Amino acid sequence: MSKKILAYLLPVLTGILFIALWYGLRGMMADDQKFLLPSPDQILTAFIENKDALWNSALNTTKGALIGFFGAVAISTLLAIVLSLSPLIRASLYPYLMILQMTPVIVLAPIIIQWAKPGLPSVSVITFLICFFPLVVNTTQGLISVDRNWVDLFKMYRASRRQEMFLLRLPAAMPYFFTGLRIAATLGPIGAIVGDFTAGSSAGDGGGLGFQAIIYSSQLKMAALFATALTGCLLGFIFVAAAVWLSWWSMHAWHDSFSRNDI
Amino acid sequence: MPKVVEFQEVEKRYGEGPLILDRLSFAAEKGDFISVIGPSGCGKSTVLKLIAGLSPLSGGSLTIEDTTPANATDEIAFVFQEPTLLPWLTVQKNVEIPLRLRGISAGRRREAAANVLARVGLSEHAGYYPRQLSGGQKMRVSIARALSLSPKILLLDEPFGALDEMARDHLNEELLALREQKAWTAFFVTHSVAEAVFLSNRILVLSANPGRLYREISVDLPYPRTKETRQSSVYQQQVADASRLLRSVEDDRL
Repeated sequence: MSKKILAYLLPVLTGILFIALWYGLRGMMADDQKFLLPSPDQILTAFIENKDALWNSALNTTKGALIGFFGAVAISTLLAIVLSLSPLIRASLYPYLMILQMTPVIVLAPIIIQWAKPGLPSVSVITFLICFFPLVVNTTQGLISVDRNWVDLFKMYRASRRQEMFLLRLPAAMPYFFTGLRIAATLGPIGAIVGDFTAGSSAGDGGGLGFQAIIYSSQLKMAALFATALTGCLLGFIFVAAAVWLSWWSMHAWHDSFSRNDI
Repeated sequence: MPKVVEFQEVEKRYGEGPLILDRLSFAAEKGDFISVIGPSGCGKSTVLKLIAGLSPLSGGSLTIEDTTPANATDEIAFVFQEPTLLPWLTVQKNVEIPLRLRGISAGRRREAAANVLARVGLSEHAGYYPRQLSGGQKMRVSIARALSLSPKILLLDEPFGALDEMARDHLNEELLALREQKAWTAFFVTHSVAEAVFLSNRILVLSANPGRLYREISVDLPYPRTKETRQSSVYQQQVADASRLLRSVEDDRL
C-alpha cells in the first residue's frame, strides 16, 4: 500500500528536485549568461505567449507526421505481405531495405526537397522513410514466424493461400506489427520535426515545429525554443499513447502481454 | 469389415535423412480404435502425418477409403500434441475454423460449433479466449474443433501428454463417450501404455530406428469402457502385458 503511494510520490519529488536544481543553476550564472537557460516560469510564459504560433506549427507537424506515419503503415504492411510469400523474395529485397535503413534520412532531405515540394510533401516523405523500416521488419517477422502446428492445421483443412494469409498469418503477426507500430509512433513526430527543420517552409500555412524552432533560434528567443521543445514532447507523447492504446484495444482480450497486472 | 486405412509396405524418410518407417503394413477397419506406441524415434507421429496427407510417402502404398490421403482429407481430422488454438479467436470461433475453411455459411458454422461444444461440455465457455482456459479445457476445444466437420477418421498425436493424470483419465473417458455417439475410426499416438489399453481395441507396437511393426496387441475389453474398467483385473493384466512387451522392444535395441 505505502509502496503504491511512493510510486506516485517519487516521480513528483524528482520533478520538484529537478526544477529546484534548474533555478539553482540559473542563480549561479552570470547575468549576461542567464539568457542561455530561461527559467521554467519564463518557458511557461513563452509557451502561453506563443500559443497560437506553437499550436499552428504543431498542427502542421502533426499533419506531416500523420501522413508519413499512416503511409508507412499501409505500404509496409503490403510490402511485408509480399516479403512473407517467399524466402527468395526476401533474399532479393532485404539488402536494399537495409541500405535504405542505413542511409541517414537527414542527408536525403535535400534530395527529397527537390523531388517533392518543400513543406508538407517533403516532411511527409521524410517521416515516411523514418517510420517505414521498423514496421516492415517487424510485420514481416510476424508473418513468417507463425507456429508450425497452425500451418499444419490450415494445410490439413486445405486452406487456400488467401485464407492462410487473412485467417492465420495476419492476425498472428499482430503482436509483431504493434511492436513496430509503437517504435514508428515514437519516430513519427521526431521525423516530422527533423524533416521540417530541413525541408520546412513558411509557404502556405507557416511551417511546423522544426521551422518554428529555426525562426525562434534566429531571434535568440531561448524561452520560446524551450517551449517549442515542450510542444514537440507533448506531440510525441500523444502519438505513443495512441499507439499503445490501439495495441491494447486490439489485443488485450486475448494476448498474454495484457494480463491484468501489467497494463 | 471394410478397410478404412491400409498401409502396404510403407516407407518414409525425410529428404535424404535416415529411414523413419520401414515396410510398415497394417489395415484399420471401420470403428477401430488403434493406438500406436513405441520408443521415441519409432515414427509414431509420422504414421499420423502420412494418413493426414501432411507428408508424402517414400515407398509402398497407403489407401484411405479406397483413395489417396490427399483425396481423403474431407474424412480426416487431426488433434495435435498442443491444443493449437488460435489465441485471437474465442472458443466458438476456434471450433468454427475447419468449417470456415470449407466455406460453410456463418449460420451453419455457428450451429455446428455450438453442437460440438455442447458435446464436450464447453457450451458455457464459447465466448472465452483460449488463455482463459485450463490445459484440459483447451484440449477439449481442440477435440471439438476436430469433430466439427464430422470426420470418419480421427488422428490424435499424444493429445493428453501435457496434462496431469487425473485430467488425462477424465479426458480418456470423455473421448470414448464421444465415440459412442459417432463411431469414427481413431489413431492415437501415446507414450502411456495404460492410456493405450484403456482406449483401444488394437495397439500397434513399433520398434525404432527404423520404425517397424514389432507386434500388434488386441485388447479384449468390451466397450463402453468407463472408470470401472480401470479397476478390472483384465484391464490391469493387459496393461502389465503391454508394458512388458514395450520394454522388450526397448531392450532389443540395446
